[in-house]
Amino acid sequence: MAEIALQDVTKRYPDGFEAVKHMNLDISDGEFMILVGPSGCGKSTALRMIAGLEDISDGKLVIGGETVNDLAPKDRDIAMVFQNYALYPHMTVRENMGFALKLAKTDKGEIDRKVGEAAKILDLEQHLERKPANLSGGQRQRVAMGRAIVRDPSAFLMDEPLSNLDAKLRVQMRTEVARIQQSLGTTMVYVTHDQTEAMTLGDRVAVMRGGIIQQVASPKELYERPKNLFVAGFIGSPAMNFMPGRIEGDSIKLPFGDAKLPDELRQRLEAGDGGKAREVIAGVRPEHFEAAEIAGAEHAGVRFKTKIDVLESMGSELYAYFTIEGQTQSDQLTELAEDAGLSDLPGAENASQVVARLDPEADVRQGAEADLILDTSKIQLFDPDGGKSLTVG
Amino acid sequence: MGAVSATAQPAEPTAKKPTSDRAKSERRLGYMLCAPAVLVMLVVTGYPILYAVYLSLQRFDLRLPDEKEFVGLSNYVEVLTASQWWQDVFNTLLITVASVTLELVLGMVLALVMHRAIFGRGAVRAAILIPYGIVTVVAAFAWRYAFTPDLGFVPGFAGAVSDTYAPLTNQAGSFFVIVLTEVWKTTPFMALLLLAGLALVPDELHEAAKVDGATALQRFFRITLPLIRPAILVALLFRTLDAFRVFDTVFIQTTGGANNTETVSILGYNQLINRLNLGLGSAVSVLIFICVILIAVLFIKGLGASPAQDED
Amino acid sequence: MQETGRQKVLWTIGIVVVILYALIPVIWIASLSVKDPATLAEGGFWPKKFSLENYKGIFDSSDFVYALLNSIGIAMIATLISIFLAALAAYALSRLEFRGKSVILAGSLAIAMFPPISIVGSLFEVWRTLGLFDTWAGLIIPYMTFTLPLAIYTLSAFFREIPWELEQAAQIDGATPFQAFQKVIVPLAAPGVFTAAILVFIFAWNDFLFATVLTSTNSSRTVPAALAFFTGDSQFSDPTGAIAAAAVVVTVPIIIMVLIFQRRIVAGLTAGAVKG
Repeated sequence: MAEIALQDVTKRYPDGFEAVKHMNLDISDGEFMILVGPSGCGKSTALRMIAGLEDISDGKLVIGGETVNDLAPKDRDIAMVFQNYALYPHMTVRENMGFALKLAKTDKGEIDRKVGEAAKILDLEQHLERKPANLSGGQRQRVAMGRAIVRDPSAFLMDEPLSNLDAKLRVQMRTEVARIQQSLGTTMVYVTHDQTEAMTLGDRVAVMRGGIIQQVASPKELYERPKNLFVAGFIGSPAMNFMPGRIEGDSIKLPFGDAKLPDELRQRLEAGDGGKAREVIAGVRPEHFEAAEIAGAEHAGVRFKTKIDVLESMGSELYAYFTIEGQTQSDQLTELAEDAGLSDLPGAENASQVVARLDPEADVRQGAEADLILDTSKIQLFDPDGGKSLTVG
Repeated sequence: MGAVSATAQPAEPTAKKPTSDRAKSERRLGYMLCAPAVLVMLVVTGYPILYAVYLSLQRFDLRLPDEKEFVGLSNYVEVLTASQWWQDVFNTLLITVASVTLELVLGMVLALVMHRAIFGRGAVRAAILIPYGIVTVVAAFAWRYAFTPDLGFVPGFAGAVSDTYAPLTNQAGSFFVIVLTEVWKTTPFMALLLLAGLALVPDELHEAAKVDGATALQRFFRITLPLIRPAILVALLFRTLDAFRVFDTVFIQTTGGANNTETVSILGYNQLINRLNLGLGSAVSVLIFICVILIAVLFIKGLGASPAQDED
Repeated sequence: MQETGRQKVLWTIGIVVVILYALIPVIWIASLSVKDPATLAEGGFWPKKFSLENYKGIFDSSDFVYALLNSIGIAMIATLISIFLAALAAYALSRLEFRGKSVILAGSLAIAMFPPISIVGSLFEVWRTLGLFDTWAGLIIPYMTFTLPLAIYTLSAFFREIPWELEQAAQIDGATPFQAFQKVIVPLAAPGVFTAAILVFIFAWNDFLFATVLTSTNSSRTVPAALAFFTGDSQFSDPTGAIAAAAVVVTVPIIIMVLIFQRRIVAGLTAGAVKG
């Protein structure tokens, strides 16, 4: 039994800085839980507290029903895969994988058996007698995983294990990781800053920002019903477009036109504040745009013309970039931009860039005007003051 | 300058690779720049050692300069059959082994402490450089006086144990003081070398070992030690060679080998400078040189020390 | 990992122990030097009666003053020459490609492991013939030789860290090669050169064997050698106090230098010796 529960866990450093603030998270036995967020959000710190490599300042950590705050890492029955693999360079692959068992004074025959099994699962059998220096990146990563698997722990902890691999290898290893977790059925806590990994791997994903969990939900739920600006902008690639909007009565004024609010949304807003006119931030995902001639005239939504600044053709789809009037201001959006490295890019005053994902057959050209439709039934609305979602209850 | 660069070019079998003009001129520049240093080192060490070999084959006593004559290897025979030579070799080895062992252990402890120090690193670093920077003769005097009865402070403390504690009047005690001085002076240097080696072990390895279930002691012996083995070997190599050449401390503390603490370097000095017997003294010098080479070969080939760790 | 109060106390004790370890002989010799000579035989760590007589004594004696001047002059000149030659070689070794680099490096290493005793005899004889015995040059030459390996290794390690493309960038910006070197490279290389110079100076300052063998009068005898043959005020008085005072005088500059430049010195020692 290896449920992991963080109860009001806080990590405070001597200078007062709190890397993790009152974190509450319940991970069920056998669940694949992902902690994702920009650098500095506290995800690695949280993982290391679970491992026992960092002291817990406040709160309780419960593993398998037992409070383990003061237990040493080796007594928590967890195995960890480090970002840089942390393979012992002076030991062979076999010795690396068998090290923990040797320390636990396991019988040699037993060690050989377990190492052999893990090597088989990970396709490392012909590398057992080699040293890490003679292995490729992907092989080293597998050895690091093998070292964890061999211990048959209650939970696996993984700290950005794929971030040192090149793109193609990363995709390949991602499926490996998923496959292994499924076949072993062990609880897994996985830290990454790559939202694609988070979306594809986890049963549930916890999005973190500034030491606080923003939302914990299945990938689908995070994508379709983000609770705030940060989660909405972090999840999804290309990222959600944000633009200023104004609600008046039963319609919303967007930079490129007005649209009627979906009924449900309107009702919720009215219930909240009596339906008065207000400024909002509207979030629109790239795939909710389409070229007018392809969407069909009867498609509900806002139809508008705009000049396409840049067109990227991916073969399977087109990404069209265009500019709209109006800028959105929010801490959360600024942080997202900083994390993406975009905060220093020059931009026009009072203008934002929007990206739309269009059908590859669409009749659009770079530099020319295009006729686009936005499906307003999928709009997400956010309170500019604090970024909370107005669409999701 | 042209002549200088010509002498500096080593003769080597040329691989049949077309070298561009730029590569050629770079090569020439390289040789030219290295030439002065190389020349100085070759001339000032190479020539004297050859001359020493030459002298060692003579019977040459400066007090009787006219009786210089070639005697082949008889100087060597005389030295190698003298029990004093072997006693001195033993003394030297004793001091060497004792010093280096203690320095290694203490230095390792010091390095580990400095490695994990949270604060006060600067103070510790400055403190341990002082023994390094102090003139050896000064250190030798300081410890000699410290252990001299009536003058020093140690006999006062040891008064509880024995009435007249005067280590510098007997062999064992003298060795003790000499080794103490040597260890005091060079442990810091050893610690610094070991610390540099420790710093190369990534923290992540320690964390992985912690998670794997290793105690601190297990981590030290199974992870840290194997990984800093190269650094240890280099440090040992340099320190052993240094220790074998011990001279200053012994000269000052036992006035060149009283109480049977004479070392090989002192022997050489006595023969050459006090006795002015250049023939015998040179033979001793050459034998010391050979011993040093043996030690170096032992370390490099035998134990695998690789002092030149640069990748060129 | 957070530090508990108890751990802080242990660390502090440890640090104090280390500092005491390093300083005990230094404080002891200083204490000896300010003890009234008449009280020397009473022993004890601290002076019972304070007196600067020893210092007065050594500075009055021309022997010590000459020895000090010899030490300073010889060490400085040896350092300058050694660093200059080593810098040339280190520049070539770290920047240029040519065959025989490893031979030169291995050779330098061999020199570093050389037992000086093996050549003092020959040098003694040769210097006498050449008239270099008991001269400054007579000591400067072996000092520079034996410090070259250390200097070359240290400087090579430092030079390797310099981004040399900056020189080309400066030239594209319009500097002549010499200007580029002077304004870009020299400031970057200066710390490394300075560090190597300190290490070399300490070596030259410290030497005893060559100084004893290759000198005989105070025209070139340096302090370490002079100390060993100190006779004090007269043949009958105990030179201990004088030696202690001289020892302090010769140690204080080194301590000051070490304290100020400790970071540099550690960097130089470890860069030259163990580089992974």
